[in-house]
Amino acid sequence: MQDNYQSSSYKELEQKSKYTNIFLRWFLYFILILFASYFIFPLYVMVVTSLKTMEEIRQGTLLTWPSSLNFDSWLVAWGGRGYGAGDTFLRPYFWNSIKMVVPAVFFSTFIGAMTGYVLTKWRFKGDQWVFLFLLFGCFIPFQAILLPMARTLGTLGISNSVVGLVLVHTVYGIPFTTLFFRNYYISVPTELVKAARIDGAGFFKIFFKILLPISAPIIVVTVIWQFTQIWNDFLFGSTFSFGEAAPIQVALNNMVLSSTSVKEYNVDMASAIIAGIPTLIVYVLAGKYFIRGLTSGAVKG
Amino acid sequence: MAFFLIKKIFTMFKWLEKNLPKIVMAPAVGLIGWFVYGFVLWTLYISFTNSKILPKYELWGFGQYEKLWASRKWLISVDNLLVFTALFLIFCIVIGIILAIFLDQKIRAEGVLRTIYLYPMALSFIVTGTAWKWILNPTLGIQKMFIDWGFENFTFDWLVNREMAIYTIVIAGVWQSAGFVMALFLAGLRSVEDEIVKAAKIDGAGLFTVYWKILLPMMRPVFFTSFVILVHISIKSYDLIVALTQGGPGISTTMPALFMTQAAFHKSQVGLSAASAMMMFMAVAAVIIPYLYSELRRENAR
Repeated sequence: MQDNYQSSSYKELEQKSKYTNIFLRWFLYFILILFASYFIFPLYVMVVTSLKTMEEIRQGTLLTWPSSLNFDSWLVAWGGRGYGAGDTFLRPYFWNSIKMVVPAVFFSTFIGAMTGYVLTKWRFKGDQWVFLFLLFGCFIPFQAILLPMARTLGTLGISNSVVGLVLVHTVYGIPFTTLFFRNYYISVPTELVKAARIDGAGFFKIFFKILLPISAPIIVVTVIWQFTQIWNDFLFGSTFSFGEAAPIQVALNNMVLSSTSVKEYNVDMASAIIAGIPTLIVYVLAGKYFIRGLTSGAVKG
Repeated sequence: MAFFLIKKIFTMFKWLEKNLPKIVMAPAVGLIGWFVYGFVLWTLYISFTNSKILPKYELWGFGQYEKLWASRKWLISVDNLLVFTALFLIFCIVIGIILAIFLDQKIRAEGVLRTIYLYPMALSFIVTGTAWKWILNPTLGIQKMFIDWGFENFTFDWLVNREMAIYTIVIAGVWQSAGFVMALFLAGLRSVEDEIVKAAKIDGAGLFTVYWKILLPMMRPVFFTSFVILVHISIKSYDLIVALTQGGPGISTTMPALFMTQAAFHKSQVGLSAASAMMMFMAVAAVIIPYLYSELRRENAR
């Protein structure tokens, strides 16, 4: 550390730098809070707008606090107004998304775990090339596969169905899940597996008894990543499904764009929050795993 | 005879056991081979045919590519993509770095701030687009807010202004992705050993110099990763535009991804849309292949 100068001029200097430090500190917090308000602003606006009546929306500004907590628009967004034609609401599409997400996440995670296991613990000649072959799937722009996929789903008789979307999301999730599990299992000592093999344990026994019990963190990362990606997907949903089979993001977009007589912004905002809440909850509850997935698999757009 | 059969079954089991890992790999490899490589090749082939509503298989040469680059809409798409990508990159990286460096100063409530900066990443572009569309609409959004506050001549009509609409997509896109760049850089800064910073400080370097001369140059791989990821996001951007402007007003905010789906599914120009998809594919490949190459080299060097 530095020598302890006793001269008065140094003390003055120290005093001065203390002031600049305090000033800098305030500046730092000011900028950080400024950006925080930029990031929080849309969420705040969404929430307060969803709680206002249309009358209040016209009279106040974006930031005005609602006069009362009015959840009517939420009920309309979720369950409709109860009349027949033209009454679109999110409930059935929310369930479509659940029915799509659960199997797609399960299958893609399972396949990824298996391929990651083979690629690291049962290595064979040319396995790096197989990994590269799979990895490339993370990067393709999906526009390059939309046309043949639409035809294939038609041929299989599962276009415009939840089953079709499960297939699509499972297949295009495999490169990511493989990447996650492969990078995780590569740090597990191979000696463990070798010892078990000498003891006569087979392929599946080693996986279920040795690898699986220590896989919890990477399973969480993978499931969160896949869940967020599939829940938030719009391209596949809007291309391969319409009408009643559509997932929630497609339904939200249709609701917001539908040009019925009066635009009900409060219902729009309530719908947007409903469509965003599952992934937000996951993010708040498991942020650490969310970020870990993001930084290792984020090349997907 | 029975013995022969048993022996045969036995050798079959042996074979199965030996090749089990490869058999387990087979579905993944098969699926990706078919649905990624096969499909891309199919699209490539179709881009060389004169397919309209339905795919035709007689080769037609580069006609679709000529049509594509003569199309005004495609040229606007490419132009928009370049403008969007440039601004999106600059703002995301600058904001991301500023936030990461500031958060790195032993800030109180760092966890809360970090959560706030990054939460947009958990939302879909459709949700983001819906929110920003409401905020930016001139009649009831930000413009009205400022007018009500007394700025009577305040106008902010970018969303419905042909010249400016593309910048609203930048605003929403940056809002969604800047926090992510922050997370990447923060992780990068935290992985630098304290000793390096301490040594520089003892040598009399100020905080600014430490970051500008020492830490940021060390972040080159993070810059590279952010660059690749952001370019990738921007080339593929589709949802955000659909939710925010649908390519409008007119076709002023159209982008390649939007062009592709419209040509394919609304305009019965299958061949042309395949050609546009291949252009996107090549653009992504031009960014990704050097990235993969350098990543693999780094991994092998380890």
